[in-house]
Order: sequence, then structure tokens, then C-alpha cells
Amino acid sequence: MKEKAKILDSEALNRSLMRIAHEILEKNKGTAELCLIGIRNRGVYLAQRLAECIKKIEGQDVPVGALDITLYRDDLTMISQQPVVHKTEISFGIDDKFVILVDDVLYTGRTIRAALDALIDFGRPKAIQLAVLVDRGHRELPVRADFVGKNIPTAKNETVEVRLKETDGQDEVVIVSKDE
Amino acid sequence: MNELIWKRKDLLGLEDLSREEIEFILSTAESFKEVSSREIKKVPALRGKTVVNLFYEPSTRTRVSFEVAAKRLSADVINIATETSSVKKGETLIDTGRNIEALKADIIVMRHNYSGAAAMLARHVNLSVVNAGDGWHEHPTQALLDIFTLKEKLGKIEGIKVSIIGDIAHSRVARSNIWGLTKLGAKVTVCAPKMLIPPGIEEMGAQVTDDVDEALHNADAVNVLRMQFERDESNAFPQQLEYFKNYGITEERLEKAKKNIVIMHPGPINRGIEMSSEVADGANSVILEQVTNGIAVRMSVLFLVAQANEHIKKDETAD
Repeated sequence: MKEKAKILDSEALNRSLMRIAHEILEKNKGTAELCLIGIRNRGVYLAQRLAECIKKIEGQDVPVGALDITLYRDDLTMISQQPVVHKTEISFGIDDKFVILVDDVLYTGRTIRAALDALIDFGRPKAIQLAVLVDRGHRELPVRADFVGKNIPTAKNETVEVRLKETDGQDEVVIVSKDE
Repeated sequence: MNELIWKRKDLLGLEDLSREEIEFILSTAESFKEVSSREIKKVPALRGKTVVNLFYEPSTRTRVSFEVAAKRLSADVINIATETSSVKKGETLIDTGRNIEALKADIIVMRHNYSGAAAMLARHVNLSVVNAGDGWHEHPTQALLDIFTLKEKLGKIEGIKVSIIGDIAHSRVARSNIWGLTKLGAKVTVCAPKMLIPPGIEEMGAQVTDDVDEALHNADAVNVLRMQFERDESNAFPQQLEYFKNYGITEERLEKAKKNIVIMHPGPINRGIEMSSEVADGANSVILEQVTNGIAVRMSVLFLVAQANEHIKKDETAD
């Protein structure tokens, strides 16, 4: 594992989130019926930060939920690591809501497919929109993000690591290459 | 790559498990509990898998709990009650197991009146075996749901005092609870009339008393076991009224216990024998919460053994 490049530092990351917050409000014409649901693990923290940004802009609180997609994965039998099931915590109804699904990196699109299946089990939102901090390409399913922090063209043998204060002690996005 | 925490294709008992394995089942169950609170109580984790409930002893609550758990994971469930099956025609347990395997089922949940039956079956089949009670030996998922409920109520297991009161000699629930609780650092006392305490129970790490007031004193929780009169072939049991007088849990007895003592019972309750109705339905009773938690714990177990067996099969084909 070798760190190749830093794509976003702390300031750039926070500027991206603030811009996405503005875009979410613009597209949905305010905070009415709006809610944020982050995909575990880092998507949850990003969703909480987006809610803080929205509060700064509009002065309104937006409900934030956490979604664990482990039980909806299509590769449960293929992964060699132990799948650890975490809690899904959505304490509000999503019927007729505008749900912003939040994740750190958009890659194959399979996580988002699983998240959409999971969300539909919770109700029938008016619309689901997708916000990601990084879109690194290489889609295997027809999935597209509505809000993107940064598009980063990558090779398949590279990984994009999003590090957040809450989980990793600092905010940054780096590209890591698996091969020397 | 991460080390796998859960590698077993079967769950046979808590005696074999490490503290880490028990804690992993419980933490996975915490996540599964949320599924049952949804409007659509179903996740696709075991879609396409088949769970066979094979019960050689009558059981309603354990079988239904496993069935609900499997269905909430989207598995297909088949119930075999042996009174109406080929077992009546003399088929051996291993033959029955191999036939179920030939049906391409994935998990057998078995209750059997012989201790060690689940372990024997697990050695002879490649599918997963979950022990739903074998003789007087173990009933691991009952103990796991008891411990899960205690952890939810008391916040921790390490250092808590739990008394198990009732027919210890014939109780697989007691054995599994002693193994599980002591591994997680709880202090366990068993309490029963002397003839219902099996020899060697101290070696499992439990204190022994035949004085129920002593067992209640300072306990954070009591697990009251059912008097299994149907198992009493030797008439060693005390009369029912005499038992209630000397060992039954009543409001009067609880006056001397901790105010927020947790009262558990694995069901079905004999009201007026092991405990009074006032206690069973009282504020300290968590008996119905145990039933709800049983589903989450069994979902966790079914999910983990199915995952582990997939990994085992994959490794075999890779070799």
C-alpha cells in the first residue's frame, strides 16, 4: 500500500460539503420534507456534517439517519472478511420525504443498489437523491450521483480513502495504490 | 485481511465458545433487533437458504422463535415434527440428517432428548447445525437471549450477580447460562432443593445454595427455571405446593431483594409453582422482552453460521 496523492485536505473537504449543502437546498427548494440518511460507516458522519452546514445556511434542523447495508449486499458470500452487521437507526418516517442518501465514495454502485433496496423497506419516499464526497468512476450498475464533492479518475488497482476526524482523527481524502 | 471472529458452521453449546465469540453473537443480535421494529420486518440476508426445524421433543416457543427469525432473514423454513415423520418408522438421526442434506437444505435447527445429539449430527453432515436443546446438556440460544436481555437491562455482564433458581439437575438452560455468564465475568449462584442440584456443578464456576433467600440477597437478576414435572420419572420432585412455599418467587420474598432486581423465566411459566402471578406480571419481570430478544439472537446465530459455512465451502473448493 502506497499513498500516491492527497486529493482533498481538511479545508477543501469542508468547502465541498458546504457547496453540496447549498446544492441540496437549491434543488429541493429549502428544507421542507428533507432528510439525510448516511450509509455506515463514514456516510453517517458526512450526513451529520451536511446537516450542520444546512443549519448554518437555513437555520433549520434536518433529521439524520444511519443505514447499515450489510444484510442487503450482493457479495455476502464472496467477501473474505467477516461481515459485521451494524445498527440501522432511522428514527423518522421516510414516506413522502425527500431523502438524501449520503456516502463517502461512489465506485461500482453496488453499495448504492443495496442501500436503495434497504430504504424501500422503510417506506416510500417522494424522491431519493445521492450525495457522495468522491466519485471515482468504474460503475458496474446504472447509478449516478446527484451531488458530488469531487470527481477523481482512478485506476482499478487504486483505492480512494476518505479519512474523517470522527473515525480517523483527521479530515483528508487520499489515493492509495495497492501495487508498488 | 481481518481475522474472522466467527468461523463455526454450527452452534452446539456455549461451553466451546470463547468470550469474544459470545460477545460477537450478542453485538450482531443488537443490530438485528432493529429489523423487528420495522414495518417491513424482513431483510434479504438468507434469501435462497433453507432452514429445517427438526424437533424430537415438543416445543412451541423455541420452534416458533427460530421460524420467525429465519423468515425475517428471508430464508425458507420447513418444520419436521418427529411424531409424524419417518423417525417413527425407525430411521436413525444420521440418516435423517443426510436426507435433509440431500434436499439441499442449509441449516438444521434441532431439539433432541439425548445430550450430545446435536454434536453427533454436526459431525456427520456438512450443513450447519444449531442446537435448540439437547437433553440436559445445553440450550445455547436460550442462554444467549437471557444474557442479551440482562445486558440490555443492566448495561453490562462483567461483575453482575445472577441467581438461577429451580430444577438445575434437569436443566440445559441452567448449564448454558452458567457457561455463558461465567465466561463473560458474571457471578452465578444456583439454588434448588439439594436433590435437584447435580454433582459437579461447582466445577462449572457456580456457587451453590439451597436457601432461596440467600440466592435472592444481593442478586442483580434471577433466572427462574420451570419445574419440569413431565421429566420426573423417579418422583424425586417435591410436591408442587411445597415447592412454591419453599422456593417460589413471591412479592414477599422480593421485599428483601434489590429493588430493581431483574426477573427472568425461559417459559412456559407454571404460575403459582416457580413464581406468583404478581411477580410474573410485575414491574421487574422481563419475561416477554426475553421472547422478543430471542428472535434477534436467533437471527444473529442463523446468519453467522450460514456465513461461516459459505466460507468453509469456498475454502474447500479453492484447495
